Amino acid sequence: MSRHVVARTSDIASGGNKVVTINSREIVVFHVNGRFFALLNRCPHEGAPLHKAACVAHLSAPEPGAFTRTRVGEMLRCPWHGWEFDMATGQSYFDPKGTKVRSYPVAVAEGRELAKGPYVAETFPVTVEDSYVIVEA
Amino acid sequence: MVLRIDCDVHPAVGGTRTTLLPYLSPHWQEQVTSRAIDGLDLTSYPPSMPLSARPDWRPEKGKPGAAWATVCNQALDGLGSSHAILNVIYGAQAVFDPYMAADFCKAINDWIAAEWLDQDPRLRASIVVPMQAPDLAIEEIERRAADKRFVSILVLAQGETLLGKRHFWPMHAAAEKHKLALTIHAGSQYRAAPSSIGWPSYRYEYYLAEAQAAQAQILSLVLEGVFGKFPGLKVVLAESGVSWLPAFMWRTNKTWRGVRVEVPWVDTSPIEIMRNNIRLTAQPFDAPPDKAGIEMLIDQIGSDRMLLFASDYPHWQFDGSDPIPPHLPPAIVQRMCVDNPLETFPRLGLTL
Amino acid sequence: MNDAVLEKTGSETIAPAGARLKVIDCDIHPSLPNRNAILPFLSKRWQEHFLAYGDHLRTPFLGTTPYPRSSPLIARRDAWPPTGGNPGSDLDFMRLQHLDANGIEFGILQVLDLFLFSQQNLEFGAAIQRAINEWQLECWSKPEPRLKASILVGQDDVPSAIAEIERCAKVGGYVQINVCPRANEPLGRRRYWPIYERAQELDLPLGIHVGGYGGHAPTASGHPSYYNEEHHSNAHSMASQLTSFVIEGVPERFPRLKFVFIEGGYGWVPATTWRMDQHFERFRSEVPHLKRKPSEYVRQNFWFTTQPSEEPDNAGHLRALIEWIGVDRLLFSSDYPHWDFDDPRFAIRTPLTDSERTKIFNDNARRVYKL
Repeated sequence: MSRHVVARTSDIASGGNKVVTINSREIVVFHVNGRFFALLNRCPHEGAPLHKAACVAHLSAPEPGAFTRTRVGEMLRCPWHGWEFDMATGQSYFDPKGTKVRSYPVAVAEGRELAKGPYVAETFPVTVEDSYVIVEA
Repeated sequence: MVLRIDCDVHPAVGGTRTTLLPYLSPHWQEQVTSRAIDGLDLTSYPPSMPLSARPDWRPEKGKPGAAWATVCNQALDGLGSSHAILNVIYGAQAVFDPYMAADFCKAINDWIAAEWLDQDPRLRASIVVPMQAPDLAIEEIERRAADKRFVSILVLAQGETLLGKRHFWPMHAAAEKHKLALTIHAGSQYRAAPSSIGWPSYRYEYYLAEAQAAQAQILSLVLEGVFGKFPGLKVVLAESGVSWLPAFMWRTNKTWRGVRVEVPWVDTSPIEIMRNNIRLTAQPFDAPPDKAGIEMLIDQIGSDRMLLFASDYPHWQFDGSDPIPPHLPPAIVQRMCVDNPLETFPRLGLTL
Repeated sequence: MNDAVLEKTGSETIAPAGARLKVIDCDIHPSLPNRNAILPFLSKRWQEHFLAYGDHLRTPFLGTTPYPRSSPLIARRDAWPPTGGNPGSDLDFMRLQHLDANGIEFGILQVLDLFLFSQQNLEFGAAIQRAINEWQLECWSKPEPRLKASILVGQDDVPSAIAEIERCAKVGGYVQINVCPRANEPLGRRRYWPIYERAQELDLPLGIHVGGYGGHAPTASGHPSYYNEEHHSNAHSMASQLTSFVIEGVPERFPRLKFVFIEGGYGWVPATTWRMDQHFERFRSEVPHLKRKPSEYVRQNFWFTTQPSEEPDNAGHLRALIEWIGVDRLLFSSDYPHWDFDDPRFAIRTPLTDSERTKIFNDNARRVYKL
């Protein structure tokens, strides 16, 4: 595992995502509710690309009709079969222990901290003025 | 006593102007006689068709299953059962006038109590209810609740609306409160075609569609959240076949994974809910032809608690004196004859 | 079946069933880029009707289906072409995303656009069907010979259906005749037999793809509340159509006719067949026209496409299901570009021998459609 600078924080709009390749693995970084989440860009079911997923609320209901939404935008609905995954943990809704997407630790760091290293900058220069998304993978 | 509980036996109603007349209210006594309201045997089961009665169970005259002494002799003594649950399939459940339905249902239940349950302590029954009006159905349930010989509520698999819908919830609440199972039996009110493709030509096709009608009911009960609201409710599919169950459960689980957002109150897998709350009578079974196939099917069902012993007397589902479908593993047979009925129908009041 | 091998094979380690194969995909949905793209294929009279009156259906909404689907236009969210237009409407993108990416040797087109099987105005329905049949050749089969067109006809107007079959047969290039599983009456009924007679003469399989709105409720107890239930009712329609064909004696009367059931899945096939056999003796005197047990007709005349594939947790259970149906009866289908798409690399999650895999993913369809 090493730390990779994958984007400027301003590169990924809130509600958006960016697909990056680290060690020839596609990883998708989501930006929602002021936080960043990194997941393998591949549904464990049949391999659908998760960057096309719908980002939806965590939906539950204590009883029929009582729709309860939390963590709005932090659940993925797979673009193919609609399986839901928690962006933070990669766990599926229906089988959190057994069916999950691989997730990766993400951090945000200021450019001036990054200047101290160690990190792997992928494709763009790091400046002290900006803040960056770091994925550990 | 060795327990062996037959969960599906059919007594026949002779007619509204004969069998039921003494049990009708004065208003309906006058109506059925002055208007000749009779002939309400359901289109689903013409008494003369081969399926409706095994040849050796056909009386010389009258409808098969009409006389309690014959039924006890043939279904209990003849098939080695210790007890039997009587399910009356009759047109009271299908008439359109809700008040007529309510009075006819009440009359059937009074008749069953007086002329069957009082005659033989081995008999139990399901409450026939007017599903045309759920509030009247609940009245009938409450009227019977004190009589523990009524162990379930009987409805037809093909009804006006699906049983999971909210307007039926007070009925499910009453069932749960009184520990009455809900028995969904093959048969139709003849409101909608038996399947989405339309009305079939043959009774044979119609009968086969009963399996899908039962599946639609289970899907409705599970997805509408009935078992979350009423976790103690046990639902029995009677005479609906069994072998369709695994593939039906797989598909239900798979689709739920994808479109669970429609029904977020269903928060455990439908397969688990079905294994907990759904029971099926084992005649007919519609089994694969070989022993290995049956064993595989039992493994796919994945629970030894779902099957209930039943003869479906007097319907002609099998020949000989053993209603248990061939090749079932002994552990399954033990559970379906005793443990599962006791658990499904706690009002049986029987102990091992 | 070797249980020891199956137990060792966890879902993570299963060899993808479609790997290393040329695939014949028996259910691909091409789409119009938008509704009005059909106009050039309609006569002036029907253009005017189309624009003024539109669809007249037995469903409540003008602009959508009765049960809102799982995703926009029922499609995979990644299937919207970058060039605009609806999913399934851009041939180049379909090549890139599906035909080339998944090694599709041939694909059988199944068009569902414009409620083409559900129009209450049968003459309008026939005009739409004819337009779609021409459009399939012009926009799909001619530019991309891997894609094979179907002759779509509405069975409730038998003379128009026969005329359209004759027209298309003369033009050539079509590999099956499609009718709808949900129409006025069950498909086995006599009024539809002239279509089957002609299909047998032309040696074209009869395709039945799920869907349509025939006016009958999705269940015997009326309309359910949820899309999930409507989706499941598709399998029930298929099971009922199988029994209708068999019990009415259609394969008895037309023994060389091939029936292909499309997008109904296949989990229901064994139990439906056992149930027919179980009750055959009891009802035999009602249907003396049947000379053989129902299962024998199923084994001889019927094929089933695989999507949506069953996904039991235990791979051995799926294996048993496939053996019960017969490995020679199943035709792989993806349902591209719809949301419940089956990827040929991953679907049908159970160990299959190379020969079995080849049959399901290629040979069976090659034989049925004579590709």
